[in-house]
Amino acid sequence: MKHSVKMTINGQTQSHEVEARLLLVHYIREVVGLTGTHVGCDTSQCGACTILMDGQAVKSCTVFAVQADGAKITTIEGLAKNGDLHPIQQGFWEKHGLQCGFCTPGMIMAAYQMLERYPKPSEEQIRHQLEGNLCRCTGYHNIVKAIQWASEHMAEAK
Amino acid sequence: MATATERMFGKSIKRREDPRFITGRGNYTDDLKLPGMTYAAFVRSPHAHARIRTIDLAQAKAHPGVVAIFTGKDLTGVNSLPCGWLLPDLKVPPHPPLAVDTARYVGDPVAVVIAESQDAALDAAEKVKVDWDIRPAVTATAKAAEKGAPPIHEVAPGNVAFTWQIGDAAAVDEAFKNAAVRVKKRIVNQRLVANAMEPRACVARFEAATGDLTLWVTSQNPHVHRLLMTAFVLGIPEHKVRVIAPDVGGGFGSKIFLYNEETVCSWATRQIKRPIRWTSTRREAFQTDAHGRDHVTDAELALSREGKILGLRVTTVANLGAYLSTFAPAVPTYLYGTLLNGVYEMGAIHCAVTGVFTNTTPVDAYRGAGRPEAAYLVERIIDAGAAALNMDVAELRKKNFIPKFEHGYQTKVALTYDSGNYAAAFDKLLTMLDYRKVRAEQEAARKQGKLIGVGFSTYIEACSIAPSKVVGSLGAQAGLYESGIVRVHPTGKITVFTGSHSHGQGHETTFSQLVADELGVPIEDVEIVHGDTGAIAFGMGTYGSRSASVGGTAIHMSIQKIKDKGKKIAAHLLEASPGDMEYVNGQFQVKGVPGKSVPFGQVALTAYVPHNYPEGLEPGLEETSFYDPSNFCFPFGAHACVVEVDRDTGHVKVLRYAAVDDVGNVINPMIVDGMVHGGIAQGVGQALWEGAVYEDDSGQLVTATMMDYALPKADMLPMYETDRTVTPTPVNPLGIKGAGETGTIAATPAVVNAVVDALRPLGVDHIETMPLTAERVWKTIHAATAGR
Repeated sequence: MKHSVKMTINGQTQSHEVEARLLLVHYIREVVGLTGTHVGCDTSQCGACTILMDGQAVKSCTVFAVQADGAKITTIEGLAKNGDLHPIQQGFWEKHGLQCGFCTPGMIMAAYQMLERYPKPSEEQIRHQLEGNLCRCTGYHNIVKAIQWASEHMAEAK
Repeated sequence: MATATERMFGKSIKRREDPRFITGRGNYTDDLKLPGMTYAAFVRSPHAHARIRTIDLAQAKAHPGVVAIFTGKDLTGVNSLPCGWLLPDLKVPPHPPLAVDTARYVGDPVAVVIAESQDAALDAAEKVKVDWDIRPAVTATAKAAEKGAPPIHEVAPGNVAFTWQIGDAAAVDEAFKNAAVRVKKRIVNQRLVANAMEPRACVARFEAATGDLTLWVTSQNPHVHRLLMTAFVLGIPEHKVRVIAPDVGGGFGSKIFLYNEETVCSWATRQIKRPIRWTSTRREAFQTDAHGRDHVTDAELALSREGKILGLRVTTVANLGAYLSTFAPAVPTYLYGTLLNGVYEMGAIHCAVTGVFTNTTPVDAYRGAGRPEAAYLVERIIDAGAAALNMDVAELRKKNFIPKFEHGYQTKVALTYDSGNYAAAFDKLLTMLDYRKVRAEQEAARKQGKLIGVGFSTYIEACSIAPSKVVGSLGAQAGLYESGIVRVHPTGKITVFTGSHSHGQGHETTFSQLVADELGVPIEDVEIVHGDTGAIAFGMGTYGSRSASVGGTAIHMSIQKIKDKGKKIAAHLLEASPGDMEYVNGQFQVKGVPGKSVPFGQVALTAYVPHNYPEGLEPGLEETSFYDPSNFCFPFGAHACVVEVDRDTGHVKVLRYAAVDDVGNVINPMIVDGMVHGGIAQGVGQALWEGAVYEDDSGQLVTATMMDYALPKADMLPMYETDRTVTPTPVNPLGIKGAGETGTIAATPAVVNAVVDALRPLGVDHIETMPLTAERVWKTIHAATAGR
């Protein structure tokens, strides 16, 4: 049996008929076709699928698409506005916060909520807040620096 | 035309590939969707060792959406997956892409279900009924060749794949006779799983009308994938197959090898004549990506009273898993035994290795591949030697370093190191660390009952892999050169085609820096193409820290050819002699006469519009080079770690991590630092948290999810203190040694040495097995202090 879902993803309304078991991440990737959100595990450890759902950073592999009915979703593709990178994206670029790039969208979306909660996070806070996002390339050093860079530049912009 | 004014080589410019990754516009294999696409799911053995009595497909075939199901018996005309490194007397058992009559590890694929959707494929795969005849299994490295162990392959009696040795056994015996101090330790290097964040995936598409097969695959070496698949397994013509490795989300060795899944999908798409996509789940990745390490070693060190290393004797059992993965035999032999000389003068060395089959996932190269095992062993046994001599661990190392040399050092185990200055790197590390202060702080902390430890490691690695003749004589079935094509377009823009492959290393940036620098053109005018056999002549791919040193040199050679041809064209235009021309800042000019010059762009246009052109010179401006290095390159360095151990819980906290690496010349320091960071994290991960565990009786991999296998997280690691010394290699014209694996090799021994140092006041001088989890350390503390 299929269910109707309707949600806003990056400002665009999406509505489809989906199976109840379809995960939100597969809806985003396979049905809507936004492939920036990645799947790196099957136990909700890696965080590569992190998106914003109604303002909350959520691992989209832990949510069924039907649970997101009516939600407002932002994925990595929706973060840059009018071609201008978000400061977090810029921070990852400036500070070499990525290598293979696979965990990066999830890292950036997790950092987005982190900086909303803690606009001036300490190194310890950044590391603690990133506990749900795995990276195998960077050893996290430059991811911490990228988020610090973003924090500083977001404060300046305010 | 504009010219670049500043030197790009050596500059930390931001990466050119990043904009697509930070905006979610990377192109990974699983992102690809083709018209008419089908989806594959593999039916795998749930048992470590079991015969297949029958496979009942009736229910699965009836499942809605199923397109086709194939078992091992259906794969007629498909050969065994090949092993690309043949040691003398190596036992090479058949390795069918789908097991035909026996499954030999948990995860061994026995059937593939192809359906209209991923869900349908997965659902139907569950309906495939295999009648299993479960056999006894062996998974433990040390038990595989024991009498009475279950036999795994007919061709390998006693489960022994090979025995191999290197060095001088008699000289070692003599050294031990004369030694003042002898130490012997069992050193276990546990099994690891690479865990690139992107799981393996492939899309195979056969076009019946043309007979062309295209395979998109998560590969570190698409040409090698194509060659192995076409020439050895599927018997289809190489020129009708195009392999594309698009953006690949990390490899760390695990994506070098030809695997069952892409082979089966490439065969099956020819049967069903529709594209097939397969993407590994993480559990499948744990079960089927080639694992790394897994050595059980007995090591003995002989020392003089003064602390000179007289002899090293090593006996290793290396677990190869259930089948021989692509390069498996090379890892615990030529990439391991040959590195046991470390950075030290050693009187004599002998190493004997037995490679064994077990009912486990095949083992092959994982970041460092053999070299981390060698460095771990050498650095642990040296610490044990220092303890026996009651000598400071830094002092013992300093006493034994090979003195500075610029052109070759012959080791006791076959290799000739290129250039080295090992004491300098170590001294820099001691300064960085403020070693005396750290020891004083440790002493003060100990008085307060705190367990603080300081650990060192030095390392050498053989990379820039590799001189073809040498590796050929050692069993490699391939050459290990690299290709680089530089195509200058009529407008002076440049496309570079490299056989090297980036899956995080940043080739699009570093190779552009090389080209922009050499040709004096803006970096924006340079495009780097990699990862497509349809575009690139040939290539051996990326592993063994070979991209910049071997791949970069091939590009460098083509640039020199471009310059030579450009000089002929410019000389003709200027009515000068080609021998009088030089290339300066993007201009071909008559030597010493800056006014008499032709810009690069004009030469490029002339090459394609050859109206006024040298007689006999071919039009066009494109050059191809294959670079085959004359030797390996040998990066080295020294790392240090400071830890605190919680006496009550056994928890280890890394307080500081400092690294001095020497990778020769560096194109982009930011990128090299980043690779060092990531390598350190993986090395610390092995020391403290990571380990693949098989349950002895059932042969089940009990660490088959990210919940059970502890990957390092951000809050488990410190900021790293990194620095460099620079000893260019004489092997290649760029002076680059290679930088991809340093941290992984160096970090593990530094951390373990630090933990053992922390526990020394409790009477601990060794811990046999990693990872040093809180539980293992707590048990060690309790065993050491029992009865006190």
